Amino acid sequence: MAWHVATVVAVRDETPVARTIVLDVPSWPGHLAGQHVDLRLTAEDGYSTQRGYSLAAPANGHRIELTVQRVEDGEVSPHLTRVVEVGDVFELRGPIGGWFVWRPEDTAPVLLLAGGSGIVPLMAMIRARRSPVPFRLLYSVRRPADRFYVDELRNPPPGVDVTYVYTRNPPEDWPRPPERLNATDLATAGWPADLTPDCFVCGPTGFVEAAADLLVGLGHDPSRIRTERFGTGGD
Amino acid sequence: MAIVSRGFRGRPREDGAALPPGQYRTEDFPVLSTGPTPRVSTDRWKFTVTTEVGVEHTWTWRDLLALPHEKPRVDLHCVTRWSKFGTTWQGVSLDVLLDGVETTADHAMVHSYGGYTTNLPLLDLLDGQAWIVRRYDGADLTPEHGGPARLLVPHLYLWKSAKWVRGIRLMREDAPGFWEAVGYHGYGDPWREQRYQGD
Ligand SMILES: Cc1cc2nc3c(=O)[nH]c(=O)nc-3n(C[C@H](O)[C@H](O)[C@H](O)COP(=O)(O)OP(=O)(O)OC[C@H]3O[C@@H](n4cnc5c(N)ncnc54)[C@H](O)[C@@H]3O)c2cc1C
Repeated sequence: MAWHVATVVAVRDETPVARTIVLDVPSWPGHLAGQHVDLRLTAEDGYSTQRGYSLAAPANGHRIELTVQRVEDGEVSPHLTRVVEVGDVFELRGPIGGWFVWRPEDTAPVLLLAGGSGIVPLMAMIRARRSPVPFRLLYSVRRPADRFYVDELRNPPPGVDVTYVYTRNPPEDWPRPPERLNATDLATAGWPADLTPDCFVCGPTGFVEAAADLLVGLGHDPSRIRTERFGTGGD
Repeated sequence: MAIVSRGFRGRPREDGAALPPGQYRTEDFPVLSTGPTPRVSTDRWKFTVTTEVGVEHTWTWRDLLALPHEKPRVDLHCVTRWSKFGTTWQGVSLDVLLDGVETTADHAMVHSYGGYTTNLPLLDLLDGQAWIVRRYDGADLTPEHGGPARLLVPHLYLWKSAKWVRGIRLMREDAPGFWEAVGYHGYGDPWREQRYQGD
């Protein structure tokens, strides 16, 4: 798989600790929603290191977008969220991954379950949607300030329903106490299993484990539940 | 020629003798899987080796427990770039399981509960290179990490060490498994950085 040279053309803060980076990649071959890139950073002394980042949107010509959440003691994400500015150049390769993908021609209803920065590849799916296929997103965050893509998700396109779950500090007028995603949330804001939706679950391991187990418990076919795990902690 | 990333210094370098190219060291044990975690009880667990002519050799959980166990201490290398050093496992060497199996096949497809598959050359399963493990770090293997039992083939990227293993099919011809069919490397040697097809 070839390395591409990518130039930063814009940066946008999503939250105080997360930032979208728009890159121009002249040799970009195109990608599917859900795929990721491997980004390589190289220091002056030749040391280099790589990390995977999901593509946050469909390609717009040669332009691709990533959204990176800072892990305070991390090696790469503090650099990407603090130091990087327009004009910087990186190497990356991709697109990578052919399983956790949604194709615009797919017709089954779609259920997206996001935990924290796990929203990134799921947002790419929402942004890639061109047909009236109904989407439902349940997005679990600790507090309102942690949400990415706030304006875009406030007015989603018709047919895309967005439900937030707050696990620590909900907004003032929120009708329920802070709580993790549970079976009631999935029963009210998800799709019933008989509609055989395609389910995509992305977030830290604890979130993905719990959410995928809930889906199986509600009768969803395990072969229609695709998972991707990232975000701090591992397990 | 690598392009220098303005202002990037990276962590203090470790001597890194045991770190394959492009990997970094972690103390965590991250989880990678493609779908919900299968829950397989040991009463219904079975492990079956099927030869290229269709002969089946099957072990129940009890059969497995009765076999001689080893305690490999190995380094793990995941294609998502983390490596974890000095992990300790307990399980049965595939040399023991394949000992009485008559075959002239060169290739193996590993099958898991939940439908996952991965392929590798039969030789990579032999000579003390692979185990069916059921304990990690002194405790029974949790479902997230592949319990009740997983394959452990530490000299290849970790996606080859199939979790929730249920059997091995021996094949005359090679065929791609789950990740191998969607662009990952057929063999997956971390020291040659064989991550994706064509690497
Ligand atoms: C397929 C995929 C897609 C992804 N998509 C995204 C995305 O869209 N957005 C996003 O933000 N992230 C994404 N990630 C996660 C991303 O790849 C990085 O893991 C993340 O940015 C953290 O990297 P880092 O270098 O900052 O932290 P790391 O340096 O990797 O550290 C992570 C944690 O491990 C500990 N650690 C690891 N090594 C050491 C060490 N040597 N010394 C001390 N502590 C250590 C740190 O304390 C820290 O808590 C994705 C990952 C994958 C696999």
